[in-house]
Amino acid sequence: MTATSPPVNRRRLGSLAWPLGFTLAVILIFIFYRYWLPDSVDQVQKFVADWFPPAVINQCVIWVIMAIGLNVVVGYAGLLDLGYVAFWAIGTYVGAWLMSGWFFQVHWHIGGPPTLNKAPGIHISFWLVVIFAGAFCALWGVLIGAPTLRLRSDYLAIVTLGFGEIIPQVFANGDSEHLGFALTNGQQSIVPIDGIGTGVFSQLKGVNPQLGVFDLPYRFLVFCLVAAFCVFVSLRLRRGRLGRAWLAIREDELAASMMGVSLVRAKLSSYAVGAFFGGMGGVCYAVAVGGASPNFSFNNSITILMMVVLGGMGNVWGVIIGALIVSWVNLAGLSQFGDWYNNQFNTNIDFPSYNFLIFGIILVLMMLFRREGLLPESRTRLIMREPARTELETLGADIEAAEEEDEVILEEETEDELVGTETTGRSDGGNA
Amino acid sequence: MTSTTATAGLLKPRVRLTEAVERAVGIAIVLGVVAWIIYNFVDEPTQCFSVMLTGLNNGALYALVALGYTLVYGIIELINFAHGDLFMLGTIFAANFLVNWLGVDTRGLGPVLALALTFVMAMIFCASINMGAEFFAYRRLRRAPKLAPLITAVGLSFVFQNIGLKWNGSAPKQWPSVIGNNGITIDGVLIRYSLFVTLGVTAVLLFILTYIVQRTKQGKAMRATAQDQDGARLMGINVDRTISFTFALGGAMAGAAAVLSVETLGTTRYDQGFQFGLIAFTAAVLGGIGNLVGAVVGGLLIGLVQAANDGFPHGFGQDWSQTVVFTILILLLVFKPEGIFGTRTTEKV
Repeated sequence: MTATSPPVNRRRLGSLAWPLGFTLAVILIFIFYRYWLPDSVDQVQKFVADWFPPAVINQCVIWVIMAIGLNVVVGYAGLLDLGYVAFWAIGTYVGAWLMSGWFFQVHWHIGGPPTLNKAPGIHISFWLVVIFAGAFCALWGVLIGAPTLRLRSDYLAIVTLGFGEIIPQVFANGDSEHLGFALTNGQQSIVPIDGIGTGVFSQLKGVNPQLGVFDLPYRFLVFCLVAAFCVFVSLRLRRGRLGRAWLAIREDELAASMMGVSLVRAKLSSYAVGAFFGGMGGVCYAVAVGGASPNFSFNNSITILMMVVLGGMGNVWGVIIGALIVSWVNLAGLSQFGDWYNNQFNTNIDFPSYNFLIFGIILVLMMLFRREGLLPESRTRLIMREPARTELETLGADIEAAEEEDEVILEEETEDELVGTETTGRSDGGNA
Repeated sequence: MTSTTATAGLLKPRVRLTEAVERAVGIAIVLGVVAWIIYNFVDEPTQCFSVMLTGLNNGALYALVALGYTLVYGIIELINFAHGDLFMLGTIFAANFLVNWLGVDTRGLGPVLALALTFVMAMIFCASINMGAEFFAYRRLRRAPKLAPLITAVGLSFVFQNIGLKWNGSAPKQWPSVIGNNGITIDGVLIRYSLFVTLGVTAVLLFILTYIVQRTKQGKAMRATAQDQDGARLMGINVDRTISFTFALGGAMAGAAAVLSVETLGTTRYDQGFQFGLIAFTAAVLGGIGNLVGAVVGGLLIGLVQAANDGFPHGFGQDWSQTVVFTILILLLVFKPEGIFGTRTTEKV
């Protein structure tokens, strides 16, 4: 923990680097879809509508939120969560309950879109619902985590998996036929869900008071704002006391507890934070698809896990890139590539049906050959490459490995000093 | 976590209290279930008995698959997520082998011999796939952090499932049964002959497996490797081969379960394996993971519980089947993670 902190002004600019870059990228994409695309030539419009439709871009952002959430649990704290879809489902249904006419018996209106002031049901402002759903999921995360976190790590994976199987089934069976009252709409979805109220921005030209299904570019901005919040929180937490506790647990639970890290509290908070993000993403998903249906499955959990593993566990930027790649391939890329390939070579191969086969193979190959992911966090790379301590000792190779490690650390330190930008995971403790 | 002697002394009674509360809650749950079962039996005895027989049959299948989980977990502490899907591949292979390749769809002496051949082939098939997975994937990850082999197993599960999808098609397929659906009827309850076959095969396989693990040299090597890999290596045991052999045994059990499943349930479905595997894993945990007899008892129990839930007049019904099984799993892991027959172990350091 030697303080090799660069001068203050450089660090300050460094911490502004990602918000600036993020905002710039979001605004460019927004301008492209909102202003440039409708006026462009037909060919460009067709290409974009095929390969990068705005609805798909919005869903990709939601997957990004999910992946950032799972990254807190899997990447930071090293707890394998195979039932993350449970929080997604809870978030989506909380969104549907609080932003629709589902509970028509009551008339609750808190900051909802003014056009719905007379409508029955619960209509609460999107922003409040996002926060509430996050908190609700965090509560569930703690509830499910509290009794199980003292178990061994692989049992934990199974318990979360079971939880991820139970929750969607509860929602699927939540109609009046099974429960006696209509908690959900059973296999049908709860529709419609309110749009996002725009408040003062509705004075601007072209902005509706309520962002409906076709206001995709504006919704994109909203989802990106939620994603930015998740990025901000996870980056800040990562650098703080709690984040360092997570990393310590991930790397060596026993050593961490000996150093005074409260295992249960740290693990529970990682669960809660991950679930919080999942809940927020769930509400965004409900708004994006305009309904809540119980078609959540283990595949969703694995897809999110895939994003985290592919991008690089623990590194938020890697995870974001992983999420964008995987979700785009899933939603548009593979089927478009399949169409193109079939036209080109006159074949008739059903490419989208292979996507989970491809995911499975990629997961296995990644674990075998590049365990740290595409954009690894420097720490993870070391950990994932390092054999277990006892194995090293039997091989008599610990000295060699330690030397190697030293070299890498030295390299990083010099790199850090030269570049001086904010990179996650390098200078923890430097300015805490 | 800083435990001086003073705080340890203070904490002791509190720990005992939580244990007592946990035990009370656990016993209350068990008593509630027993009361519910008795109530159902008094209400509709015939229906309950036939449901229980179905449960016994499914339970035996769960038991065989659970043996695979328990063997692999016992030796390298890996939850082999792909095991259920291996079972699924086995069912597709067995059905195709018996009906399409051997051309058997009637009953008689010839078909019974063919069925025996199918047993052998399916066991070899599943054993070689499991050994292959171990050789190509898990072996390289033996020294990696625990997360890596787990994620690999999940990935392999997806690969298997998609192979099954391409092989079997996306719709379930029906197959004729060699053993058939006949049986003897006692008081309106039909006991199928296939049930005797299933239970018999399970018992024989459990006996053989126990013999191998307890009495043979290879079994001794397995137990040694499970205890301490480095120690076993120093004693001249070929650890790689022993682990490979364990995977083969587990795979063979899944293969046998696959043939029985085709014979008694009669359908193959590409997405059958995942659920089945999870339930079988629950069975393995219920019996005490690493314990062979425990896995079989756990499998039978889970089969009975699931059947009771699905078929009893006052059950929750099939729609809640998964919820019930996974709730059992979660409660079990919370209250009694060591299972019925297992011994409480602390995490290895």
